[in-house]
Amino acid sequence: MSEYMVKAEGVHKRFGRLEVLKGISLEVAPASVMCLIGPSGSGKSTFLRCINHLEKIDRGRLWVDGELVGYRQANDTLYEQRESEIVRSRAKIGMVFQRFNLFPHMTAIDNVCLSQRMVLRRKSDDAEGRAQALLTRVGLADKMDEYPARLSGGQQQRVAIARALAMDPKVMLFDEVTSALDPELVKEVLDVMRELADEGMTMIVVTHEMGFAREVGDKVVFMDGGVIVEEGRPAQVLDSPGEERTKRFLGLVLEH
Amino acid sequence: MTGTEPPGEIQAVPVRHPGRWVAAALIAVLVAALARSVATNPRFEWGVVGHYLFSSRILDGLVVTLELTVLSMAIGIALGIVLALMRLSRSALVSGASWVYIWLLRGTPVLVQILFWYFFAALYPTVDLGIPFGPSFVHLDANSLITPFVAGMLALGLNEGAYMSEIVRAGIISVDEGQTDAAQALGMTRLQTMRRIVLPQAMRVVIPPTGNETISMLKTTSLVAFIGLADLLYAVQLIYAVNYKTISLLITASLWYLAVTSVLSIGQYYLERYFGRGSARETAPTLIQRIRGGFWPRHAEVESASQPPRLPEDHR
Repeated sequence: MSEYMVKAEGVHKRFGRLEVLKGISLEVAPASVMCLIGPSGSGKSTFLRCINHLEKIDRGRLWVDGELVGYRQANDTLYEQRESEIVRSRAKIGMVFQRFNLFPHMTAIDNVCLSQRMVLRRKSDDAEGRAQALLTRVGLADKMDEYPARLSGGQQQRVAIARALAMDPKVMLFDEVTSALDPELVKEVLDVMRELADEGMTMIVVTHEMGFAREVGDKVVFMDGGVIVEEGRPAQVLDSPGEERTKRFLGLVLEH
Repeated sequence: MTGTEPPGEIQAVPVRHPGRWVAAALIAVLVAALARSVATNPRFEWGVVGHYLFSSRILDGLVVTLELTVLSMAIGIALGIVLALMRLSRSALVSGASWVYIWLLRGTPVLVQILFWYFFAALYPTVDLGIPFGPSFVHLDANSLITPFVAGMLALGLNEGAYMSEIVRAGIISVDEGQTDAAQALGMTRLQTMRRIVLPQAMRVVIPPTGNETISMLKTTSLVAFIGLADLLYAVQLIYAVNYKTISLLITASLWYLAVTSVLSIGQYYLERYFGRGSARETAPTLIQRIRGGFWPRHAEVESASQPPRLPEDHR
């Protein structure tokens, strides 16, 4: 096992002329929870999408579980990975999205089974067994055969978490997963994530839920304008931030 | 006003719509007049229509029309998917090739294309299959390869491909990008994502215009009369050229076109119903449920609410 589950070194990302990430370096230890906070447009979500190569980075290096993301290095030359290689490393990284992105033409259980069968080549029975266990675990034993449109936002998001977990990922990425939920549904999703953290899953969580970051996070990273402004233990960053920008952001977020 | 009793079910006098009654009466009179004239005008010669409706020459023509419609739509849909994926390719050459194809085939009349394929042998007397610029293995005579039927099928199918590609492309880009993100994040390849996630969802947008295209194709096939292919319309023309019962025979052909169109419309309804599964709205009732329910919208609601929630044990 490598020392870090995720490691970034000077990651830059540009969309056309807009530089979204301007050199992000950080490390996430195995079985730890890192919370990424910051104003919208600060590059948190983009950074998350770089980790599983949904976005290509322009400069820097990213490693997940000791393996370079998106490239193969031989001596001093970088080779772009083929799709088959990218796909294999992506399967180790679970991702949950703000807008759930469940497949609307499939029932909950089929959502959880599909990639197990297509990517991991699991037999239908094994995939279904795993899906049933995971959906039961996130409290949806009675909703397995429902289509996503018939589920509440909180239920959909829990299916999405089960779907990602079904791939037995080594690290889970959460991209503002409670931002599209009605307030009373936020807790049911956070509870699932809290449990996951307790079981020792490595997690990177982009969030506006400061309570969650404080309680569950091992580390909080504050990003603004494509750079890391401040990072440290949750209590330290959230309660006694050293940087002016962090103070201003927390002031705006916490006064609500 | 006591205020102790809660107000009961509303039983109000409905608003009257005298305009609707006048319009209904007007339409009824017009329909009756039209029906009477059609039925009593001897020049329609309904006896002739009845005589030819199931005659073997007409039915043979109908079979050709149906074969052409099915085969050229099959070519059109398959080609349309390929062209649409090419159009969306990141390679400028691939997407450009698709664009040029669409430009060329949409930009020239389909009748010209039918004639072009019919006279293909004049352009290329022989067709060789083999390595480009290298040896050829199969040597075919274009005249026997491209029969009128093949010419009609190719022309209609290749032309339809250009139109279908735009319909498929519209369907693909209508699918939320988050779907692709999710599929890729789960480790699915781009091909798997397209086949299992994007295309099935694109179908909801693709089917209605494809139904249109199929119905349109059914009638466009009549253009093959120009290359002497005995489809439904040409069969009818051959008969009235001899007996001069033009109107009756055109009515005969029209009745068949209408019948097939009706069947196609019903098929489209069920296809839409299948690919609409999982959409936010309730599953549409089947046609029969709808007729039984008197087109009453509440029917669908009752139907789905009465479905017992399935337990996880019953899965599949």
